[in-house]
Amino acid sequence: MLSVSVYYFAILREQRGLGQETLSTTAMTPAALYEELRLLHGFTLPGERVRAAINDTFVLSTTSLREGDRIVFIPPVAGG
Amino acid sequence: MFLFRLSRAVRRKLRTMFKIVSNPIDPAAWQQTLTNVEAGACVTFAGWVRQHNQGLVVLSLEYEAYAVLAVAEGKKILAEAYERFAVVGIAAVHRTGHLQLGELAVWVGVTANHRDAAFGASRYVIDEMKARLPIWKKEYYTGGATAWINCATRGEHGGLGALPSS
Repeated sequence: MLSVSVYYFAILREQRGLGQETLSTTAMTPAALYEELRLLHGFTLPGERVRAAINDTFVLSTTSLREGDRIVFIPPVAGG
Repeated sequence: MFLFRLSRAVRRKLRTMFKIVSNPIDPAAWQQTLTNVEAGACVTFAGWVRQHNQGLVVLSLEYEAYAVLAVAEGKKILAEAYERFAVVGIAAVHRTGHLQLGELAVWVGVTANHRDAAFGASRYVIDEMKARLPIWKKEYYTGGATAWINCATRGEHGGLGALPSS
């Protein structure tokens, strides 16, 4: 199990009901962690439309999570 | 007395400024930061909060930013514009928080020796900002309804199945 911090913005923050949480997960990648949280909290955005950042840098969905990572799931941006 | 030539990278740094702010944007003050006698052209773009979107009446808007990443991405966009166009200076700022109709949400200013580069770079900067900055917009409508724009409806945003663009 890894302990990581997850940060939520915009629609994800509202659907989760908070902006940040620390949790333990068996997920090894951002994609797997998002899927776990989506099922748990009923997020309406599918994983294909969400990007991830770890420690304030955009990452691939297949990047390995590490203990203590700060993970941000980024919904599609405003666009204009 | 000391004289030295600044490297191109250092000059670029001195002439580009990008910020995310929660207070009202003063376009005159921002334009002032670009004042430079080398420049013969200054193009500015102002994005205002408008009253309608896709047929709905908008009362106000809320912008939320992932500030650390938005600033890093914004500086990257300005650096790209500086490389692509023969510009003298670039400054850009995006507001966050709850904005009323007519308020300034985003401002971009570019100076150049000649207008072509200033128009091109300002267009590039605002287009890339809108597509790439992690900033979200929530619209408030008559009757109390709200919606996060693009979040649930549109967006060509690369998802968790896609490669990041940066």
